[in-house]
Amino acid sequence: MLSKKQARAFFLVGTAVTFLIFIGLTVYSLGEAQDQTNRDQLSESAIRGKWLWDKNNCMGCHTLMGEGGYYAPELTKVVERRGDAYIKAALMSPVPWQPNGRKMVAYNMSEAEANDMVEFFKWIGNVDLNGFETIVSPLAKKNN
Amino acid sequence: MKYKSQKVAYWFFALSMLLLSLQLIYGLIMGFAHAGMDGLHEWIPFNTAKAVHTNLLVVWLLSGFMGAAYYIIPEEAQHELVSVKLAYVQLISLAVVGVLAIIGYHFNIWEGRKFLEIPRGLDYLVVVNVLLFMGLILMTLWKGKRKTTTALVLTMGLLFAALLYLPGMIDFDSQVLDSFFRWWVVHLWVEGVWELIMGGILSFLLIKLTGVDREVIEKWLYVIVGLTFLSGILGTGHHYYYIGVNKIWLIVGGIFSALEPLAFLAMALFAVNMYRKGEKKHPNKTALLWTIGSAIVSFVGAGLLGFAHTLPQTNIYTHGTIVTAMHGHLSFWGAYAMIVFAIISYALPNMTGRKFYDTARGRMAFWISNIGMIGMTVAFGVAGVAQVYMERKMKVDFMSVQKDIEVHFWVLIIMAILFIVGITLYIIEFFKHGQPNDEALIE
Ligand code: HEM
Ligand code: HEM
Ligand SMILES: [Fe+2]
Repeated sequence: MLSKKQARAFFLVGTAVTFLIFIGLTVYSLGEAQDQTNRDQLSESAIRGKWLWDKNNCMGCHTLMGEGGYYAPELTKVVERRGDAYIKAALMSPVPWQPNGRKMVAYNMSEAEANDMVEFFKWIGNVDLNGFETIVSPLAKKNN
Repeated sequence: MKYKSQKVAYWFFALSMLLLSLQLIYGLIMGFAHAGMDGLHEWIPFNTAKAVHTNLLVVWLLSGFMGAAYYIIPEEAQHELVSVKLAYVQLISLAVVGVLAIIGYHFNIWEGRKFLEIPRGLDYLVVVNVLLFMGLILMTLWKGKRKTTTALVLTMGLLFAALLYLPGMIDFDSQVLDSFFRWWVVHLWVEGVWELIMGGILSFLLIKLTGVDREVIEKWLYVIVGLTFLSGILGTGHHYYYIGVNKIWLIVGGIFSALEPLAFLAMALFAVNMYRKGEKKHPNKTALLWTIGSAIVSFVGAGLLGFAHTLPQTNIYTHGTIVTAMHGHLSFWGAYAMIVFAIISYALPNMTGRKFYDTARGRMAFWISNIGMIGMTVAFGVAGVAQVYMERKMKVDFMSVQKDIEVHFWVLIIMAILFIVGITLYIIEFFKHGQPNDEALIE
């Protein structure tokens, strides 16, 4: 039968080996050659947009790349789906935006801020998501 | 209770109970919002409710783990806690950080990173708090007479959990990198180092409750935590399928995360077998119920329901839907909430001298809360599967699907009320024990 010493060795060796592989894969997949995000196209404006996304915790209701709250629509391809003007109207509205009865927080953003958000969504929209982008509704209608 | 300083644990457990109650209120707010009633929107919009609900969960579980450590480590190390005064300082600062964070969420003060919304300024306070906690635990262990495997695994889990908080504090311009390293915290916590904490507490409880030889129990503890890391570290890849990183993660994440349920299966078999084997059964039936229950429900919630959406072929459809919320509830409940309840049920009679070992209220609390939680899981599950089918397969618009699944949130609310009844009974039982006192010391 297995002894306690062997059990401990299993724990230590298994952990060390998988940890090293994990670090190796992380370095590999975040390398320049593997980039799927067009990192060179990440503009100042898109970065400001990301900061606004963060500051307002938009992720508390919406998902982006499938992560966030399940209360409001997935925004990965929102620019393609709705266009700039619609998005800006929602963000700049001084009263809660609620096209279908469910309310969004009234962010009352400035035009410049709304533009930054759109730039951020455009950048996200071009990230290669290994096929997930074709599943997310309802844009996917035309892709399938 | 053998050491006076173990009494500190009581206050951590009490803080846990308080924050848990608040957590449930915010859960109900979200349940009603999903069902179409968002009357509180102006004061508590959904994102506030969600951040509060999940952060309170994490803080009350951590408070429970810390209480567990303050109870277990002195007993295992056979040494009083090095400083009770500092432990109280740590308790209060934990409560202060938690409360400040929660208040801030009502005023748009946060970081938009799921589960890690605590703003940067408070992050530093968290770090100081955890350093103090780890210092006290490590010093006690260091000065102690013995260093058991149970204590080491528990301490290792706590230490790694503290270290893993740090990757969540790096700033990135890219949302993809932000998300990538967010999982180093969130995934490697719940499917890695927290399992060590759970394993450590489970092993301590099984030693005390079943009377099986420590050597046997601790051997299997190593096997369990070995399986945890073997699968869980590379299993992180199941969050990297569709966030804009290399496809290699589809293979690595798929294979290793599919192995993750093994650790939970091992935990369930371990608990049941030790129970069967044990000859010197402890009279604390309530603690035993929660202990075995935790091992079994975590296998269902984390193991089976995790497996159900972990393969890339399935996850591409379920990723970011109510299906994820279904799994999130039963897994957190089974693995972490129930193990905290187990250690509380074991420790309370020992700290207060009131031997509520097998009361009707205690049994009802267990069964009603579990039935309620399973009902909630089913409600989320039905809503989630319907959502995936309509939205992702039939390509129906998000909001029209949401309207169609509103009814399942009414079921959720009813089940949640049942769950809350169970929790209320547990909390009543908690306070009926009275406060810890030195008369409860033995030997
Ligand atoms: C009164 C009982 C509860 C109700 C009504 C409730 C309801 C909810 C709702 C509606 C959500 C939001 C899903 C979304 O983003 O749309 C949520 C999220 C969550 N809840 Fe609860 N909850 C309750 C208790 C609990 C308990 C006891 C736990 C843990 C043991 C828990 C853990 C979570 C987690 C981890 C999430 C985040 C899930 C995710 O984003 O994937 N909840 N809850
Ligand atoms: C006690 C252990 C576990 C807990 C507490 C837990 C909890 C959670 C939570 C809260 C999420 C949502 C995270 C977020 O969106 O930020 C999640 C996601 C996920 N979990 Fe777990 N989990 C556990 C174990 C497992 C296991 C063992 C597996 C696999 C066998 C698994 C598979 C998944 C998958 C695939 C997702 C991603 C869902 C998506 O793409 O939306 N989990 N888990
Ligand atoms: Fe995970």
